[in-house]
Amino acid sequence: MAIYSLKETKQPPQSQTKAVAWLKENLFSSVSNVALTFIALYLIYLLLPPILNWTIFNANFDLTADNQSCGREGACWAFINANFKMFIYGFYPQEELWRVNTMFGIIVVLVAFGSLLKTSQYRAHYIIGSFLIYPIVAFILLYGGLGLEVVETDKWGGLTLTVVVAAVGIVASFPLGILFALGRQSKMRIVKFISVVYIEFVRGVPLITILFMASVVLPLFFSAGMDFDKLLRALIGITLFQTAYIAEVIRGGLQAIPRGQYEAADASGLSFVQKTVLVILPQALKISIPNIVGSFIALFKDTTLVLIIGLFDMLAIVGAATSNSNWLGREAEGYVFVAMVIWVILYSMSRYSKRLEVRFSTEHK
Amino acid sequence: MANSWVSHFFIKFFMFTKLKSLLYNNEVRAVLFQILAVVVIAYFAYQAFDNMMLNIEQRGIRSGFGFLNNESGFAVNDSFFLEYSPASTNLQAFYVGIVNTLIVSITGIFFASIIGLVVGIARLSNNYLIKKMATAYIEIFRNIPILLQILFWYSIALNAFPSPRNSINFFDSVFLNSRGLYLPKPIMDGDFYFVIASFVIGVIGYIFIKKRSDKKHDETGIVTNTIPYFLGLVVFLPMVVYFASGAQLDYPALKGFNFKGGTDLSIEFFALAFSLSIYTATYIAEAIRSGVESVDKGQKEAAAALGLKNTRIMRLIILPQALRVAIPPIINQYLNLTKNSSLATAVGYSELVTIFSGTVLNVIGQAIEIIILTMLVYLTISLVISLILNIFNKKMQIKGG
Repeated sequence: MAIYSLKETKQPPQSQTKAVAWLKENLFSSVSNVALTFIALYLIYLLLPPILNWTIFNANFDLTADNQSCGREGACWAFINANFKMFIYGFYPQEELWRVNTMFGIIVVLVAFGSLLKTSQYRAHYIIGSFLIYPIVAFILLYGGLGLEVVETDKWGGLTLTVVVAAVGIVASFPLGILFALGRQSKMRIVKFISVVYIEFVRGVPLITILFMASVVLPLFFSAGMDFDKLLRALIGITLFQTAYIAEVIRGGLQAIPRGQYEAADASGLSFVQKTVLVILPQALKISIPNIVGSFIALFKDTTLVLIIGLFDMLAIVGAATSNSNWLGREAEGYVFVAMVIWVILYSMSRYSKRLEVRFSTEHK
Repeated sequence: MANSWVSHFFIKFFMFTKLKSLLYNNEVRAVLFQILAVVVIAYFAYQAFDNMMLNIEQRGIRSGFGFLNNESGFAVNDSFFLEYSPASTNLQAFYVGIVNTLIVSITGIFFASIIGLVVGIARLSNNYLIKKMATAYIEIFRNIPILLQILFWYSIALNAFPSPRNSINFFDSVFLNSRGLYLPKPIMDGDFYFVIASFVIGVIGYIFIKKRSDKKHDETGIVTNTIPYFLGLVVFLPMVVYFASGAQLDYPALKGFNFKGGTDLSIEFFALAFSLSIYTATYIAEAIRSGVESVDKGQKEAAAALGLKNTRIMRLIILPQALRVAIPPIINQYLNLTKNSSLATAVGYSELVTIFSGTVLNVIGQAIEIIILTMLVYLTISLVISLILNIFNKKMQIKGG
C-alpha cells in the first residue's frame, strides 16, 4: 500500500518565467514580431534623442537667464519663468491678481465641500445653487463692482480667459441645448423645423465662421448706440456653437428613454412641463453625462480659436510674449509649455469621462 | 397631411360649443404656441434687419453681391488649376479659395486615413512596444488643440527648413526650402488632351479587367492579382503617351531670392496639411480600433481554424467587418478635417476663409454677404458628406435581418 505524500512543486523552466518569458511573448514571438520590435526601436531612436536633447540635455534651466545668454541649441526655460504670470493671468493688473486666485480658490472649495455631501439629500440643491450663484460671484471678482476696481475685459487673458470662455460656453449653452433638444423631438412641426435647421446649420459650418459672424456681423444687428464688448461677442459665438452640439448630445439621451416612461407620465395626468422636468429630463441627462463631458472637452480645445478674433487666450500669449524684443524667436518654448498645460487638463478630463462611462454603463446593464 | 392639422384647428375653433375646453386642448395649444414662437422670432428678425439696414447706411457700407465682379487687387500664394492674378475678380478669388480648401482637405484626408489605419491596427498589435507607441501617439496628439499644433509645426518648419538659396535639392527638379516645396509642372498645351484621353481609356480598361477578375473569383475561386494592370493602364500608359507626344516639364529654378516656374506647395500648406493629418489620424485610429473590437472573437477563431494566416485573417475577415462599423465615424472625421482646414487663416494658407473672410472682407467690408457665402460653401460640403454617409449606411445594412 503506497502512501501518497505531497511532492514539492517544481519551478517552471527559466525560459517561461519573468522577464525572459515576457520578452519572448511580447516582443519576439515570431519573425514578424521581431521585425516590428526593431522598427519600433528604430523609430524611438529617431524621435526620442532630438526631443530629449532640446527639452532637457541642451536646454538652459537657469531661470534668470535672458534671451542672449540662453543659447540656441536647446530650450530656454527662463522664457516661461519670465512670462509665467502673463500665461496664467494675461494682462490683468498685478495688484488685483488675488481676485483671480480667489475665483479659482472658490471652485476648489466648492468641489471639496460637494464631495463631502455625496450622500446628503441636499446634494442636488447644493449643486444647482452653486451653478446659479457662483457665476455672479466670479463675474464680480473678475470684472469688478461692489467696491472692487473695474478691470476691463481687454485686460483678461491667458489660462484665466481660456477657463472663462470654456466655462461660460458650457453653462450658457446647457439650458439652450436642452430647449433645442426638446424642440427637435417635439411633435410641433414649426418648432421642430426651427430646431433642426438651427442645429444642422451650426454643426455644418466651422466654428471660426461663427466667431467671425459674432464679432463682425452681430454688432450690425443692434442699434448703433450699443457698444459690444469683444469678449462678449466671442462668448455669444461660442455659446451659439456649443448649443447645437449639446442639443445633439441631449437628444441622444432623450431617445434612449423607453417609450413607456413617456406613456406612464401621460397616463398619470402630468402636464407637458411636469412630464419633462420630473420624469424625462432627469433620466435623459443622467445618460448623457459622459457625452456632455466629451462635448466639454471638445469645447475646451475649441476655445483656442478666440485668438483669431483678437482675444488673448493662453495660446495667443505665446505670440504676444515673443513679439517682445527681449524674447524674439522663443515660440517653440511657448507652444510646448501651453501644449503641456492644456494636455494635462484635457487628458485628465478625458480620463474622468471614461470613468463616468464605465460607471454609468454598468448601472444600465 | 400638411393641411390636416390646420383644418382640424379651424373645425374645432368654429365649434363654439366648448370654448373653455379649447384652451386645454393639447393640439390647439400646440398651434397657439407655434404661432407665438413664429411671431416672436419674426419680430426679432425684423428688428435685427431694421437695425442692420440703418447701420449699413450710416457706415456707408454697400450691400448686394455686386462686389463679386470687382477686381480683387491682391495676389494669392497658392493657386492650383485656376488662373488667378490681382486683376482677377473677387468671384475668381472665391473659386480659388474653394479649390484650395478642397485640395488641403483631400491631402489631409488621404494622409490621415493612412496614418490612422496603421496606428489603429498597431494599437491592437501583439507587440508590446508597437502597441504602447500607438497609444502614446493617440493620447498625445488627440489632447492638444489643432490650432496649437498648426502654429507649432508652422514655426518649426519656418526655422528648420533652409532658405531658398540653400534649398534641399532633389535631381535639380524638386526643391524644398522654408518657403515650400517646388515641383516640375507638366506644360499643358494641345497635346495634353491625348494624355487625358489615354488616362480615361486606361481607367475604363482597368475597370473592365477588374470586373472580369471579380467574376472569375466568384465562379472559380481563383484570385488574379490586378495591381500590375492598374499600374500599367492607369499610371504607365498616360506617362508613355505624355513623353511620346514630346511634351515637356516646366522646371522650377532659382531666380533672385525665390524660385520661378514649376508648381509650388507653400510651407503654410505643409504645416496645415501635416497638422490636420496627424490630428485627425488619432480619431480615425480610434474608430478603426473600436471597429475591430466590435468584430466577434469567433470570427477570428473560425478563420484561424480554417488555416488562414494572421495577415489574411485581418485583411479578409476582420477588416471588412470592422470597416462597416468604423466608416461612419471616419467619414464624420473627414468632415471635421474639412471644417478645421479653415484654421489656415492663422498661418495664412490661402484657402476659403483666409482669402474670402479675411482679405476680401478687409477690402470690401461687406461682412454679411461674405460670411454667409463662406458658410454656404461649408454647409454644401457637409450636406454632400452626410448624403454620402446615408447612402453608405443604406448599402451596409445587413440584408435580410
